[in-house]
Amino acid sequence: MAANPLITFTDVSVRFGHITAINAFTHSVDSGEFVSLVGPSGCGKSTVLRLASGLIQPTTGDIERSTDNVGYVFQDPTLMPWRTVRKNGELLGELEDIDPGERRQRADEVLELVGLSDFANHYPLQLSGGMKMRASLARSLLLEPDLFLFDEPFGALDQISRARLNDELIALYADRRFGSIFVTHSVDEAVYLATRVLVMCSRPGKIVAEFSVPFDYPRDPSIRYSPEFTKIAGSVAEALEEAS
Amino acid sequence: MTGSMEAGMIDSSPEELSRYARLKTQFRIGLPPVLVFFVFLGLWYVVTYFVLSADRRWLLPPPHQVVAEGFFVGSTVTEILNGLWQSTKVALMGLGLAFLFGFSMALAMSQAKWIERSLYPWAVASQTVPILALVPMIGFWFGFGVLARVIVCFIISLFPIIINSLTGLLSADRELHSLFTLHNASRWRRATRLQIPAALPHIFTGLRTAAGLSVIGAIVGDFFFGRGEPGLGLLLDKYASRLQSEELFTTVFVACLLGIAVFWGFGYLGRRTVGDWDPYWAEEGLT
Repeated sequence: MAANPLITFTDVSVRFGHITAINAFTHSVDSGEFVSLVGPSGCGKSTVLRLASGLIQPTTGDIERSTDNVGYVFQDPTLMPWRTVRKNGELLGELEDIDPGERRQRADEVLELVGLSDFANHYPLQLSGGMKMRASLARSLLLEPDLFLFDEPFGALDQISRARLNDELIALYADRRFGSIFVTHSVDEAVYLATRVLVMCSRPGKIVAEFSVPFDYPRDPSIRYSPEFTKIAGSVAEALEEAS
Repeated sequence: MTGSMEAGMIDSSPEELSRYARLKTQFRIGLPPVLVFFVFLGLWYVVTYFVLSADRRWLLPPPHQVVAEGFFVGSTVTEILNGLWQSTKVALMGLGLAFLFGFSMALAMSQAKWIERSLYPWAVASQTVPILALVPMIGFWFGFGVLARVIVCFIISLFPIIINSLTGLLSADRELHSLFTLHNASRWRRATRLQIPAALPHIFTGLRTAAGLSVIGAIVGDFFFGRGEPGLGLLLDKYASRLQSEELFTTVFVACLLGIAVFWGFGYLGRRTVGDWDPYWAEEGLT
C-alpha cells in the first residue's frame, strides 16, 4: 500500500496536571491501514484516540490529520435511549445537516449492513448488548469515515457476540478499507483484526513494540488456530507482559 | 402498560390468554391495597362504636354517616366540589409557573458552570425557607386572594422541579456530548437534541413530586388567605370551627383524592411520554 499517512503523531505528549499521560509519542497510520493498540490499563490508549479525534489537544508535539471525516466508536454503545435504532443511526447525519430523506435512506443502509434492519423501530432498551453495539457501529458508519477510532468497543460483550462482531467488522473493513485505530485489551482480537499491532507501555504512555500481521482480508475465523497466528499473538502477549 | 414488556413475556400466546394473564397481574397488584382499605374501615368502626362513648361520637362519625351527609347532601356536595375546583385551579397555576420558571433556571444552570454555582445555593435556600413564615408577607404584598395562594404553590413546588430538571439536563452521556463536540454542534442543538430529551424522565419525576406539593400548598394557602372563592382549605377551616365533622371528613377525603389524582395524572403523562424507552418509567407502568 502506498504510504499515504492519514494521521501522524510527531513527538506528542499530554500532561494532565502533574501526570504525564503520554510522552514522546510518534507514529503514523496510513489510509486503509487497520492498527490495533494494546497496552496495560491506564497506559493512555484512550487518550491517543481522543487526540486523534481532536477532542483534546497535545500539550507538546504535533498531530497532522489529512481527513476531517472521523468515526468514533466508544466503549459503551452510547445510544440515545429516547430514539429508535433508526433515529440513532441518523444522528450524525443530522449534526452534519444532511437532508432528512437522504439520511434516513443512509441509516437504513447501514442498519442493513450490521443486520439490524428488523429492529429499526426498536428502542435501545429493547436490545441486547451486542445489538446495541451494532447500532452504535451503524451510527458511525453513516458518514463513511476515512478514519475510524475504536475505543475497546467489544470489551463488555460475551465471547460469542464478540467473535461475531469481530468478523462483521473485518467484513466491513475488507469492503471499505477505512483507516482504523482499534484499542483493545484482548491480544487475540488485536491480532485478528489488524494489519499492524502496536504495544504501549504506561506512565508515560508510548509505543514499545510493533508487529505486522500478514493475513489477507477477509479473514477466516480459523486462522486464529494457525501456527503463524499463534506465533504473532505470542510475541504480542510477551511484549505486553514486559510493558506492564 | 408498555408494549415491550408484554411482547417479551407472552408474545406467541393467544389474545384471550394474554388478557387473562394481564387481569391476573392487575388483580395481584390491586388486591392487597384494597384489603388494607377494608381493614382501615373496620378499625374506623371499632373506634367509633367501641372506643368513643355516644356523646363523643361526633369526633369520629362512622363512615356510612360521613358518606351520607358529605356526599349525598346537595348543598354540601356543591360547596365541596366548588372548593375542589378552586384548589385544583390554584395548584395547577402555581405548578405551571413553577415549571416555567424552574425549568428555565435549570436550563440556564446546565449551560454554564458559573451560572450553576451562582444559582444553586439559592435554589436550595428556597427549599429551606419555612413557607408558613412567608405567608404573612405574601398576603401583605399580593393581597389575600387567588394570586397569594398561587404564589405559595409556586414557592413550594419550585425546588423539586429545579433539582430534577438540572439533574436530568446534566445526565446526558459524556460520550454523546463528545460526538456533538466532534460535529461542531451549536449550544442550541446540544440543548434541544441531547440535554432536554435526556432530562425528560427526571423532569416528569420532578413534576409529579411538585404536583403533590402544590396541592398541599393550595390547601395550606387557603387556610391563611381568606378572600375570594373558598377552596378546600377554607372549607376545612369552616367545618372544623362549626364542628361539622361529617362535612370535615368528606373534605379531607376529597383533598386526599385530589393529591392522588394529581400524582397519578402526572405519572400517566410520564408513562405516556417516556415509558417506551426509559427503564424507570417503563416499570412505573405497573402502578
